[in-house]
Amino acid sequence: MTVSDAVSTDPLQPQSAEQAEAIHVWNLHKRFGALEVLKGVSMTARDGDVVALIGGSGSGKSTFLRCINFLENPTSGVIRINGEDIEMVSDGAGGQYPANRRQIERIRSRLGMVFQNFNLWQHMTLLQNVIEVPVHVLGMKRDEAIAIGEQLLERVGLSAKRDVYPAYLSGGQQQRGAIARALAIQPRVMLFDEPTSALDPELVGEVLKVIGDLAKEGRTMLLVTHEMKFAREVASHVMYLHNGIVEEEGPPEELFGSPKSERLKQFIRTVS
Amino acid sequence: MSKLIADTEIEIPLETFPIHKDTDPAQRNEWKQPHRIILILIGLALVGSAIFFLRWDWLPNYGDLILQGLWRTIWILCVTVFLGFLLAVPLGLAQAAGPAILAIPARWFCTIIRGTPLLLQLWLLYYGLGSLFPQYPWIRGSELWPYLRQAWPYAVLALTLSYAGYEGEVMRGAFAGVPKGQLEAARAFGMRRFTILRRIWLPQAIHRALPTLAGEAVLQLKSTPLVATITVVDLYSVASRVRQDTFITYEPLLLLAAGYLVITGIIVFLFRRLERLVPSRLG
Ligand SMILES: Nc1ncnc2c1ncn2[C@@H]1O[C@H](COP(=O)(O)OP(=O)(O)OP(=O)(O)O)[C@@H](O)[C@H]1O
Ligand SMILES: [Mg+2]
Repeated sequence: MTVSDAVSTDPLQPQSAEQAEAIHVWNLHKRFGALEVLKGVSMTARDGDVVALIGGSGSGKSTFLRCINFLENPTSGVIRINGEDIEMVSDGAGGQYPANRRQIERIRSRLGMVFQNFNLWQHMTLLQNVIEVPVHVLGMKRDEAIAIGEQLLERVGLSAKRDVYPAYLSGGQQQRGAIARALAIQPRVMLFDEPTSALDPELVGEVLKVIGDLAKEGRTMLLVTHEMKFAREVASHVMYLHNGIVEEEGPPEELFGSPKSERLKQFIRTVS
Repeated sequence: MSKLIADTEIEIPLETFPIHKDTDPAQRNEWKQPHRIILILIGLALVGSAIFFLRWDWLPNYGDLILQGLWRTIWILCVTVFLGFLLAVPLGLAQAAGPAILAIPARWFCTIIRGTPLLLQLWLLYYGLGSLFPQYPWIRGSELWPYLRQAWPYAVLALTLSYAGYEGEVMRGAFAGVPKGQLEAARAFGMRRFTILRRIWLPQAIHRALPTLAGEAVLQLKSTPLVATITVVDLYSVASRVRQDTFITYEPLLLLAAGYLVITGIIVFLFRRLERLVPSRLG
């Protein structure tokens, strides 16, 4: 299957859920120098899945997410996205890097990443942010991108702010804008790295609502979060990461309702 | 007397182009306040008395020469700032993110340019390089020779390299100062490296550097009189010419000061317009 086959024509609708594998990770290892951060993590996300990653600080959640779109190069392991295996070559020093940068760029442009710190481009208005990747990476016509961008901004409740620069928006507005920017690429999978943990408490709700709506409509998502209640509500699958290993995983009711490992029990107690 | 006049001449451009950033409407009307009006009247009186009491009868004879000199100063400034900036971008980028094989020569270049007097660089190019060329018949025979025999190419080259050296350093800081997250977001969405540079990194770096670049362009303007030392006739050398011909000293120099101030004002104004294109609260 090629990447473009997987894209539905209507950007505002998620892809038809055929339960195909969107992301498949097997035995992923990542080390930073002497520090092994991921020690063999495996995961499969099918279309429509919402996988929540939970775990304590430093357990490797962000690193795992960043390996999936190769913002970090995994040390070893298999990553298959949209059914495409990513070829890696050894760098001769125990690490590896992607053999084909174009392949990585193509795959990244199908994964909508949302960052903890929003990272909206500061020199562009909100609408410019949203149309940037469609126009300059995916080669969409500007008019078309603007039309889609306006619809997306309306969906996240930011129509009135389309011509405003990020510096003049609240954190919650910036994060909703960042979600619109990620949706604009018609992503196969949305990747969220603690999307609400840089927000003032009163702004968390508006962002979680947008993410929750995306989950309801069947978006495939990978969500790193500290919001346990939210993870329990929206996730179809929860993974508890501890020290670079999946300590326990399963459906949210099971994981939160009757945790097996002692560590997870304690973790749930401390965060709730 | 003459010192007072110089002061009032300063008054005009500085007040027209205030230093503070966000000018709100209330501030725009400030010049209507009584003390300002009085200052403006005093200024006008000084300018008037300068016109009235000092000697300006030489002016008509040198009108053409002054315009020529002014034009030459302005185009040398514009060309060298533009070309220098074009060089500064790769110089800054190489130092901020390039491999050692590019970063080290770039750093050396900037260090040497910034560490030696511009006058020395100018003379080394003109008297050094310029005097080597005629020894080679193939250079004498080349199409470039008519230009290489003149002084202005050396002036343009020296001033360009100088601006590039200073601004290469400024751009290094500006490139390095763009928050990592901005570039990471671009990478995460599959942007190619050149697209990231063109769409994200460079625009943000330039915006960060603009206030400094404006100041440096003004410094560059004030370096241009050095080209008179290698026989290029710019605005400054016109004043010397008038003094030599007529033994009038003050008036040409006052006019010169006014000329440079006005150009400075224009530079500051243009850069401020550029800065306004993007809001100042970056990153
Ligand atoms: N670029 C890097 N170089 C070296 N060490 C790193 C790097 N990035 C992350 N680490 C280390 O890897 C470990 C896991 O980091 P990671 O950011 O994945 O944790 P996390 O689970 O996301 O934690 P948090 O909840 O605090 O965000 C930490 O010990 C961190 O210090
Ligand atoms: Mg993290």
